[in-house]
Amino acid sequence: MIVRSRTFKGGVHVPHFKESTESRPIKSTRLPSTVVVSLHQHTGAPCEPLVRVGDQVKVGQKIGDSQAALTAPVHSPVSGKVVKIGPYLMSGGVERPAITIESDGLQEVADTVRPYGSLENLTRQDLINLIREAGIVGLGGAAFPTYFKLTPPPGKKFDTLIINGSECEPYLTADQRIMMERPEDAVLGARILMKATGVKQAFIAIEDSKPEAIAAMEKAVSKAKGIQVVPLMAKYPQGAEKQLIKVLLGREVPSGGLPVDVGAVVSNVGTAVAVANTLKTGMPLIERVVTVTGRPLKEPSNLLVKIGTKVSDLVNECGGFVREPAKVIVGGPMMGIAQFTLDIPVTKGVSGILFLDADETSLEEPGPCVRCGKCVENCPMRLLPLFISQYADAGRFDDAAAYGALDCIECGTCSFVCPSRRHLVQSIRLAKAEIVARRRKK
Amino acid sequence: MSVNQFIVSSSPHIRSPISTAVIMRDVIFALLPASFAGVYFFGTHALAVIVTGVATAVISEAIIEKLTHRPVTVGDFSAAVTGLLLALTLPPDLPLWIVAVGAIVAIGLGKQVFGGLGHNPFNPALIGRAVLLASWPVAMTTWRWPITEAPWFGQDFDVLTSATPLAAMKLSGVKTPYLPLFFGSVAGSIGETSAVAILLGAAFLLLRGHITWRIPGFYILTVAILSILFGQDPVFHILAGGLLLGAFFMATDYVSTPVTPLGQAIFGIGCGVLTVLIRLYGGYPEGVCYSILIMDAATALIDRFTRPRRFGEVKHSA
Repeated sequence: MIVRSRTFKGGVHVPHFKESTESRPIKSTRLPSTVVVSLHQHTGAPCEPLVRVGDQVKVGQKIGDSQAALTAPVHSPVSGKVVKIGPYLMSGGVERPAITIESDGLQEVADTVRPYGSLENLTRQDLINLIREAGIVGLGGAAFPTYFKLTPPPGKKFDTLIINGSECEPYLTADQRIMMERPEDAVLGARILMKATGVKQAFIAIEDSKPEAIAAMEKAVSKAKGIQVVPLMAKYPQGAEKQLIKVLLGREVPSGGLPVDVGAVVSNVGTAVAVANTLKTGMPLIERVVTVTGRPLKEPSNLLVKIGTKVSDLVNECGGFVREPAKVIVGGPMMGIAQFTLDIPVTKGVSGILFLDADETSLEEPGPCVRCGKCVENCPMRLLPLFISQYADAGRFDDAAAYGALDCIECGTCSFVCPSRRHLVQSIRLAKAEIVARRRKK
Repeated sequence: MSVNQFIVSSSPHIRSPISTAVIMRDVIFALLPASFAGVYFFGTHALAVIVTGVATAVISEAIIEKLTHRPVTVGDFSAAVTGLLLALTLPPDLPLWIVAVGAIVAIGLGKQVFGGLGHNPFNPALIGRAVLLASWPVAMTTWRWPITEAPWFGQDFDVLTSATPLAAMKLSGVKTPYLPLFFGSVAGSIGETSAVAILLGAAFLLLRGHITWRIPGFYILTVAILSILFGQDPVFHILAGGLLLGAFFMATDYVSTPVTPLGQAIFGIGCGVLTVLIRLYGGYPEGVCYSILIMDAATALIDRFTRPRRFGEVKHSA
């Protein structure tokens, strides 16, 4: 299979800001004294708690699950005692039901945690089941339950798996380090996902700004059948699902559709490694790699973090602050969410914590749209952000919808390039929410 | 460090350093070669016209905004760009008070009555120029050849007041050779005569990514093709008159031109067709100014009907 091109139309070259962490090996963090495990850290229905306050739990023990169709169970990342079950403030200022566990420092592993054996002996359904039971969700940020994605709806079929190692968000280097340090697991994960979806061909997409990751992955795939590493042009948002599929397969996911509509399934490379890890050890998803970075930190790092660890603990892992942080962002600077407190726990979808100082944080007043067309020129979805946002600001949501508001992937490219500092993606996001709400009412 | 002191705002949290003021400043830089060429060929009065145009535009914008209790926005350099562009389209010997009137009209009538930057349907500089042409037609069409250059063709033309290459072509069928047209040693507006100076500035804007090739490309190409079809010399039509300045600096004006790729192509082609028609059949040799103004009027309509096919949008069969 020949890959069509190395990039897509639109997008923008944003500064990478990856220097401070890309050469830092993934470091395990000290065991946190307390973890707060959200019962709703994935796209879909929340979990019900399976434990009660006062219960002793072990590492890898399932502590929350649900019968709902779209859900992913959660597990205890530590051994210790459940001290609280109730709403807790999460990333983005929302309260979610959560289980607070005090660690006993022993890290006793639950006896349910056992290796699953070799890939050859497991059926497609076995694999999907184990991925669900391990609570694996998309680790790229969307946190969509992985098992759900692997089952095509009736009448549809997958033919290609894309492992997303592009990591186009500035500052973030977690995926890059994973590929450099655990390339074999990434390939094993790809093989598991190929078997689980029944595809014969897989691509591992990596931006060409990460030559060491490309080299490591190329070495690791040399023995694997049907898997190919594809270096892509470093451009934002290269890692966007629809853009990746277009670049690699030349197929456009239809408006309002899903990758499966064009036979593709896209999975983050961190997710693939998590899948491999579970198969090998039986341990469910209880930790992930998080890039904790930014000028205010003494030692920006890539950390292997237990799910439920508080952001304030991660700051300590990075040696604390050397300058006053003005902004805390969960995720990258293009799509991440600003926080007002450090007292929030890491969830499965958190790929980075970014601190910006006052000099890097400007709150410029937006000026009038000068119709420069840069948002049009750079929109990877070929939308007209200036018009959609103007309609949204004027409350004309039908017009915003007619101009394709719902196709917006919220990558933020339009706002990034806008010379008048207009809040384009912000008002489009608002329009999307309003349009969806109105359609529900009908 | 105190808790709850973090700034919370919507993503993206980083922005491109290219602000509107940076773009406008770059446009001024891009117009410097043409300005220098104008002063070089036409002398100090040309410099006075440029200074008057820029100063009047900036001051009148500030005064109007003060009077209407709006924030003064001259810091975005857009008024300076308008004043400079206007000056570059004026005859080098135009009385300075007329220049000032043009700049006031450009800012007041061309821009501020519509609500200031971003809201003007027409290119303000061209509005200024069009009003001056209608009001003082004689002064606006009195040209002279650069002091250092004797007119190379017949003796019928006065050294001090003379026809521009386009007028000479139209009225007497005399064709100015390419080299003077390319370097700018001919009669004409201050900033329009030197093709090389304009192209230098245009290349800068293209390289900086502030303009795309679409509008100027389709504009110039259309003029070239139509010139050939009408039995004219395409190179002459590209180099003579205000086409290059208009194509690269007026027709690319953000505010008054389409934002969609297809719309920009249509805009360029429309300007080209109108320019050739006006040049060949119009009363004035004023193709570029009016073509762009007419197409400006169609911009909203063009944008409306040239929405690009969205990613993943399925074509509907009618």
